[in-house]
Amino acid sequence: MSTLTQQEFVLGLFEAAPATYSSLRQLGKESFYAQGLPALKAEEYKFTPIAKKLETSLTDFSPAKPVKISAEQVKSAVFAGFEGVVLVFSNGQYVPEYSTSAEGLSVRLLSENESTPLGSIAKVDKDPFVALNQATFSDGLHIGIEKNKEIDSPILLLQFHQAQGGQVISPRIWIEAGDFSKATFIDYQISLDDAPYFVNKVVEIKGGVNADLTYHSLQTAHNQVIEVSNVVTDIQKDSQFTSTQITLSGDMVRNNLTLNLLGSNSVGNMYGIYLLNGKTHVDNHTNVDHTIPHAESNELYKGILADQSRGVFNGKIFVRQIAQKTNAFQQNNNILLSDDAIINTKPQLEIWADDVKCSHGCTVGQLDEEALFYLQARGIDKTTAKGLLLYAFAGEVLDKIEVDSLRNHIVAQIQERLGSKF
Amino acid sequence: MSKDNQILEDLNSKEYEHGWSVNFETDEAPLGLNEDIIRWISTKKEEPTWLLEWRLKAFKIWQAMTEPEWANVHYPKMDLQALRYYSAPKQSKKPKNINEVDPELIAIYERLGISLNEQKRLQGIAIDVVLDSVSVATTFKETLGKLGIIFCSFSEAVKEHPELIQKYLGSVVPMTDNYYAALNAAVFSDGSFCYIPKGVRCPMELSTYFRINAANTGQFERTLIVADDSSYVSYLEGCTAPQRDENQLHAAVVEIYAGAHAEVKYSTVQNWFPGDKDGKGGIFNFVTKRGICAGDHSKISWTQVETGSAVTWKYPSCILKGDYSIGEFYSVAVTNNYQQADTGTKMIHIGKNTKSRIVSKGISAGKSQNSYRGQVQVMKRAHNARNFSQCDSLLMGDQCGAHTFPYIDIANSSAKVEHEATTSKIGEDQIFYCNQRGIATEDAVALIVNGYAKEVLNQLPMEFAVEAQKLLALTLEGSVG
Repeated sequence: MSTLTQQEFVLGLFEAAPATYSSLRQLGKESFYAQGLPALKAEEYKFTPIAKKLETSLTDFSPAKPVKISAEQVKSAVFAGFEGVVLVFSNGQYVPEYSTSAEGLSVRLLSENESTPLGSIAKVDKDPFVALNQATFSDGLHIGIEKNKEIDSPILLLQFHQAQGGQVISPRIWIEAGDFSKATFIDYQISLDDAPYFVNKVVEIKGGVNADLTYHSLQTAHNQVIEVSNVVTDIQKDSQFTSTQITLSGDMVRNNLTLNLLGSNSVGNMYGIYLLNGKTHVDNHTNVDHTIPHAESNELYKGILADQSRGVFNGKIFVRQIAQKTNAFQQNNNILLSDDAIINTKPQLEIWADDVKCSHGCTVGQLDEEALFYLQARGIDKTTAKGLLLYAFAGEVLDKIEVDSLRNHIVAQIQERLGSKF
Repeated sequence: MSKDNQILEDLNSKEYEHGWSVNFETDEAPLGLNEDIIRWISTKKEEPTWLLEWRLKAFKIWQAMTEPEWANVHYPKMDLQALRYYSAPKQSKKPKNINEVDPELIAIYERLGISLNEQKRLQGIAIDVVLDSVSVATTFKETLGKLGIIFCSFSEAVKEHPELIQKYLGSVVPMTDNYYAALNAAVFSDGSFCYIPKGVRCPMELSTYFRINAANTGQFERTLIVADDSSYVSYLEGCTAPQRDENQLHAAVVEIYAGAHAEVKYSTVQNWFPGDKDGKGGIFNFVTKRGICAGDHSKISWTQVETGSAVTWKYPSCILKGDYSIGEFYSVAVTNNYQQADTGTKMIHIGKNTKSRIVSKGISAGKSQNSYRGQVQVMKRAHNARNFSQCDSLLMGDQCGAHTFPYIDIANSSAKVEHEATTSKIGEDQIFYCNQRGIATEDAVALIVNGYAKEVLNQLPMEFAVEAQKLLALTLEGSVG
């Protein structure tokens, strides 16, 4: 256990916590004290010394207060060509003024709906940061999708962040989708300045029967951001859940994605890209729990690492004994562009059932010299050729994004990063 | 589906065939572990002071360590004070050659199917046999001696070649490495030592056969293989133990040193008593095996067939220090009934242009748990490192588990690393296909399993491969359809 747990870090957060959800907060607090911040060599955080990072990078361990957001800021943040619902947040607090709505979508503050069963999907004992968030979040949003309602336009969760009066931001979102509903969410974070801060986000998604849900998460904030994100979802019978995790920047980012497949004939898809440079450290932990027979999970994460960046990937597929006829596929491919970049990857299978088809694959390599030569021989300069090949490498994941405006936005950012337009 | 289960449940466990023990007079250390016991062992073996000091140092380090718990195995903690750390068959004098060895001891090995009589052997395999704590016989010593090859028991090597032992002992697996390696360093009793001089290609397979006989005894042997520049040796290891209700501990250390252009091939067929079909008894096999490719262009290849032991905890590893060095790991691990295996390898790429290959085939049946745990690490300066890993699991029955924990840690952009794993089962259709052609269900399983494991079995020396194939069929016989 880190000594930091005893320090002002948590104390300041606990003291500032509001009075709502008092019993849940108490549970969170007790669980956090029982777990402590991850120790340096703790298996789950083996390559991500998050406690040390927080200690050395942050100076103020109190919650950041909401900042004033202007209409221009919202307007400029929304992707070009985006058509859909916008929900605006300032340091985790909902800002109704600039938010829009759609038929079948309900939006309520968590503080006004204390019956929300927070913590029933993202369990406090699974991760100390879930416990910390549950004990200390200031407010959040309860998003409901009506039964039988297909919301065709995407829902953009625009998260503005700025260290203000403190450096810790604890967003909390509860999404509840009714049976036969459909919705697409885009979680997009924007930093308003360059100051360091810590985001400790928890998103719980409760899907109904035959629901079709998509959750895109775009992490493109500046390189001072420390983030731990926990997205946990329950997937029911005949439904589908797709997650896309795009990480292009940050100081140290840890994403825990957990899919609980609870009903037969359900499908869980996890896609991700991490395109890193500088000293960015990104750790993607995914966990699929096959609890029932006849479910399927697909996973594809791709990484491109330049400079002194570090990527960590840990994909865990857990197939319980009763989960016969499971199909689970996992793939993680990485390209290292620099000798100072490091990748630690661990595709993990834990299989307790026998009638399953499970496979995982993992590669670490570099660009194909011959492909590069082929392009150069046809008059394409080396930088462009490299960019083209890297873009193609990432393209497999980008193609999974069905929202055009979002995909174009990411593509533009990636092209800029790769230093070539094509 | 129901047919599948029926096939699986139809058959019952086959008894362990090497489960007998023999009573004969032994020299034993008192129960327990403390400095006095270590001194007692050291005196008994007439060891020089430096080795005693080395042991005591290891003991101090061990005392400060705690038992590792990260492995995916569950077992009752052993009371290490209730063990006997030395047990040796009483011999009036040290035999000079095989003809002077107690006939009773020879009979034990005859019963295991290992003939110690050199004349009787069809093929040249020099063998060192270790019973409980001591080496009882080493064959073909003179033939090997002519080539300058040293192959003898560890105690003998300490007396006759102290300079080699001092140089290489603990150089690959330091006493600080882990809990069981430290324990082994403190109390190791005997084992084999082998030295292949520069440029010599060992003309025959060298082999050690380990047998635990006495009850309440832990076996702590230590094997050291040194292959000097441009030499070659193929080494085999086999092991069995009697069937007893209590668990016994086997904590061995194997160290391999390969000089420039040297090649060492190490093959193991591990068949310790796995416990009965209710999971009672069996050997705890906590072994540290590691080789270092110290020179350029050197090669170490591990091949293991793991069928025995109640709990296995074993990761034969290669440190690829020399440029252009090669590490290989081929493994078939079969678990049945309540066996648990957590096994795999580590490939540490340090030198440039190093290559490694991992092929691991896990087969779990009954209520057993089989884990592959491996690490491929490419250091910053290891340019053009290449690794290919494949770990497949075959599940038989819905009560068993197959787990994969591959760690891939790359810090060099020119590395090419591939890892792939699959999990599957023997299909009803495959068995039906065989049945239809007149192959009985049990034979069909053996056929399919052998085909599945062939890639690894092909790596074994010929006689060993035959034995391993039989062993695979035997281990699974009765477990599965």
